[in-house]
Amino acid sequence: MKRKAVSGLRYVFLTIVSLFSVFPLYWMLIAATNKNADIIRGALLPGLNLVENYKTMLASQRIWPAMRTSFLIALGTTLIALLVCSIAGYGFEIYHSRNKDRLMTVLLMAMMVPFAATMIPLFQMFSSMRMINNIFAVILPTVSTPFLIMMFRQSARSFPHDIIEAARIDGLAEIGIFFRMFFPTMRSTYAAAMTIVFMNAWNNYLWPKIILQTDVLTMPMAVSNMIQGYLTDYGAIMTAVLICTLPTVIVFFVLQRSFAEGITGSVKQ
Amino acid sequence: MDKKKGLTLSGKHNLIGWLFLLPASLMIFWMCFYPIVRGFILSLYSGKTPATMIFVGFRNYARIFNDANFLLTIRNTFIYLIVQVPVMLLLAIILASMLNSKDLKLKGIFRTAIFLPCAVSLVAYSIIFRSLFATDGLINHILISAGIFTENYNWLNNGLTAKIVIIVALLWRWTGYNMIFFLSALQNIDYSIYEAARIDGAGAFSQFTRITAPLLKPMILLTAIMSTNGTLQLFDESFNLTRGGPGKETMTMSHYIYETAFQKSPNLPYASTISYVILIMVAVIAVLQIKVGDKR
Repeated sequence: MKRKAVSGLRYVFLTIVSLFSVFPLYWMLIAATNKNADIIRGALLPGLNLVENYKTMLASQRIWPAMRTSFLIALGTTLIALLVCSIAGYGFEIYHSRNKDRLMTVLLMAMMVPFAATMIPLFQMFSSMRMINNIFAVILPTVSTPFLIMMFRQSARSFPHDIIEAARIDGLAEIGIFFRMFFPTMRSTYAAAMTIVFMNAWNNYLWPKIILQTDVLTMPMAVSNMIQGYLTDYGAIMTAVLICTLPTVIVFFVLQRSFAEGITGSVKQ
Repeated sequence: MDKKKGLTLSGKHNLIGWLFLLPASLMIFWMCFYPIVRGFILSLYSGKTPATMIFVGFRNYARIFNDANFLLTIRNTFIYLIVQVPVMLLLAIILASMLNSKDLKLKGIFRTAIFLPCAVSLVAYSIIFRSLFATDGLINHILISAGIFTENYNWLNNGLTAKIVIIVALLWRWTGYNMIFFLSALQNIDYSIYEAARIDGAGAFSQFTRITAPLLKPMILLTAIMSTNGTLQLFDESFNLTRGGPGKETMTMSHYIYETAFQKSPNLPYASTISYVILIMVAVIAVLQIKVGDKR
């Protein structure tokens, strides 16, 4: 009897937390589809005002160029980060040596460095290279992370050495082993890494805001601009928030499993 | 002869290994370690433009401890840290252990729902919470309809309630994220331990304190370090949810650095000094956490 009550309480608790987690996103949908007056009156059901809100939003911000910039940055970062970090993780594990371990220990310290500590000198470096307003300046500081290197190192640990030996006997070059043996076998690690890097790049706000000063906007910057002005149309603001959120939510639902594996993957033994 | 050939081959492999990790390592040195050195040098100077900068030694560091705004933003950040991180981690552990039990139904739905906020960008959720807690927002509307408030309350215009809104928002965004870490750690614990404990008459609570919590220790340490690091770097929420206000009552350290470096009258050397103090704080806290984590 008591056990049943405890078990029932568990469902109540989980339901409350789940509702709390979903509600702000539900409200985002409500606000994006309702008139401002109805939102203020506390509308809780979807409305029919999405098209109007969308027009108001477009009049306030150039959303689609921002969308394009964000996609370019997110895809560029993902491509370079996966290539550079996976080959490094593979290198650390397969050609293991004591000096490489020492280097890894040094690189891991970068994980502890808050971005606030590097953003000002980075800004100076890129401005002296005349790379302000250049999307490569957004991409470069985020492509190589100890976290990703560790993630690929962990996965290289489970890569059978027999395959490497066999490939060497068949005369495959070392780089060929990486691209033709490791890369196809580790598809799930790449999928996990891809979701993490893509989401982080898409959602990054502070660094693009510093380096893309005026000419180019990313989605989070455009969305943020909507509340900086005089516009107080919640419908239009939430339409922009919705458009900014859709790509990552889609990635989330498509790759939910690999996303979860990805964020915990590098710490699992 | 054979042996010699083997040595050169392994030497060649060793070299190839170095080439493989060269691009990533160079990027980290170029984009992280070198800026730290540069930032330190910059913090020893004074002046608004490169042409007018003069060397002042540690004078910026002396100034920092008399800077009321800096001390306020440190205080704010530590309030977020001390209140939010423990509540979030405890909640995440409780949720993870509930979701890990074998007899739970609808597990997938609960997990997806609680994990979903992770997919939302920090700017987006900051604006959602800003709108929900606005004077004419939904929260006030609900509280008035329920008869709890009689008129609209300006949540973001009071230092305490604005901080509470930020903390609630942070809990919303990050609890599910941490829960996934605990869930993956729990899945590595052999379920038969719990069955044995149950046979020995241990209830749900003592199973949690005697088995789950101790086995999760390494993961608690990891998530605590990550959350601390994240909290000390808070920016998007402060900038978009409350704009640091009222006054600078909710402004975080990163937001203050941004403001000092890039807004109003930009002062890069002084902003760089503040960054350096944060870097040192993060390092000290990380070392302390690792020490505490090792002892227990």
